[in-house]
Amino acid sequence: MEDYLVDWSRAQFALTALYHWLFVPLTLGLGFIVAIMETIYVKTGEEFWKKTTKFWMGLFAINFAIGVATGIIMEFEFGTNWANYSWFVGDIFGAPLAIEGILAFFMESTFFAVMFFGWDKVGKKFHLISTWLVAIGSNLSALWILVANGWMQYPVGMIFNPDTVRNEMNNFWDVILSPVAISKFLHTVGSGFVMGALFVVGVSAWYLLKNREIKFAKSSILVAATFGLITSIFLVISGDEAAHQIAHKQPVKLAAMEGLYDGEYGAGLVVFGLLNPNKTLEDEKDSFLVEITVPKILSILGYHELNAYVPGLKDLVYGNAEHNIMSTAEKIQKGKIAVASLEEYKEAKKSEDALGAKNARLSLQENMKYFGYGYIKAPEDVVPPIALTFYSFHIMVYLGGWFLLLFALLLFFITKREIRDYRWLLYGALWSIPLGYIAGEAGWIVAEVGRQPWAIQDLMPVGIAATHIATTSVMISFTLFAVLFTTLLVAEIKIMTAQIKNGPEGGH
Amino acid sequence: MVPVQKILSFYIDGFQSMRVGKKLWAIILLKLFLILTLFNYFVYDKSIKTEYKTDIQKSNFVYENLKGK
Repeated sequence: MEDYLVDWSRAQFALTALYHWLFVPLTLGLGFIVAIMETIYVKTGEEFWKKTTKFWMGLFAINFAIGVATGIIMEFEFGTNWANYSWFVGDIFGAPLAIEGILAFFMESTFFAVMFFGWDKVGKKFHLISTWLVAIGSNLSALWILVANGWMQYPVGMIFNPDTVRNEMNNFWDVILSPVAISKFLHTVGSGFVMGALFVVGVSAWYLLKNREIKFAKSSILVAATFGLITSIFLVISGDEAAHQIAHKQPVKLAAMEGLYDGEYGAGLVVFGLLNPNKTLEDEKDSFLVEITVPKILSILGYHELNAYVPGLKDLVYGNAEHNIMSTAEKIQKGKIAVASLEEYKEAKKSEDALGAKNARLSLQENMKYFGYGYIKAPEDVVPPIALTFYSFHIMVYLGGWFLLLFALLLFFITKREIRDYRWLLYGALWSIPLGYIAGEAGWIVAEVGRQPWAIQDLMPVGIAATHIATTSVMISFTLFAVLFTTLLVAEIKIMTAQIKNGPEGGH
Repeated sequence: MVPVQKILSFYIDGFQSMRVGKKLWAIILLKLFLILTLFNYFVYDKSIKTEYKTDIQKSNFVYENLKGK
């Protein structure tokens, strides 16, 4: 299949996913902040907290309404642009998505309505429970999607059936409780929590800069900065676990994240670096033009050991016998055996050759782990785009560090000083709203670009996963999406800013 | 009031008292219309499900794409 078509199909999926992720994180985080504020209202009985809750709930609703159903398009794309992939993954992808659909429908149609329409119709406690259930339900929806994504990064709990040419789930719990899926879920929802907190402190800071809604803004900052600080720490812990999982399950991605060409004992973490654009796997040039590294940290991060060996891209591509790392060339050989065994099995079944089918199936099972490598042309093709992965990872980490500091500073100044005197901090909080989105998108770029060329890690490269359709139709639908999603984004920003300008007295 | 009427009036009153919400519902309905009609029937009109009716046909299609690449 021509690379041009595959790249357009990938670009379309990336566009849809990146836009979808502009709406999701605020839902994940703001839902909990609203629930906390309403809990304070129910505990204290103060009308102020009811008004505060209703204001943020209104903004939650705007974001939710604009974002809802934008993910459906990705499901269409699976069927049309990624037909081979969608059949090959079988019910493993379908089951979590179906659970998500059913759960979202019931949670959202019932408790969402109570949350918005029920203020004067149901008891305080029932309303509060509904608000918490909306927050929990939104995050549970994310769980199923991220389980499906986690499986693509680390396929477990299934067996390949050569008769149907698809993977069949043989252990539901292995899929759900996959360490990659769990760490991905925790880190991703954690980023949503931080985004929700950034949004609340940013909007509140704007009120303070305008000298408006002083009590409301300060109270909102206190709640959101506390939530943001706790969830930022949680994000660091879950990020550490995610890096640990990547080191074991996707070492090529880890090496690309750090621009590590040569493996090292006690490998350092690059805290700042400019990659050498002329560096290739084959040469001995320096990987970086400029580099500041903290020794040992990458070994600790990846393997929780001070002097652990972290394999570099050269080890992973060309192999390293000392560290028992198989070369990609050998994996390609095994992959080609797996692909050939599938053909032999099919031929043997057609000619009713039972023994031939049995032997081919055994050979396929033995090499199935490397099935996707059968389609890789050169060993170097398993290396993802290093610059995009490296810079996205570092942008995400820098911004995560800034958010942690921001929440700590806000908490200090809101409790110990008159925060309105520190306008630089308020501007910092306001401008951190777009930075939160950039950090989240950068995280997804690390996760998805960093695992290229795989649609399913080691089993199916993107070139095989894609459907052979007209490139022009993909280009047209790409443009249509760009227009639709940009329109939705503009609508969200306009409605949201109008509502913010109205202030807490505005209704929903 | 019977429970069904209660539930209905709960939703009707809720929708009637909305301000920004009406605009949001208009956006949701327009978006769903675009996604479920324009995209579903004109952009993504062909998929493995629409082109191949049986599982055998689907698996044969994918197998042809997987072999001998």
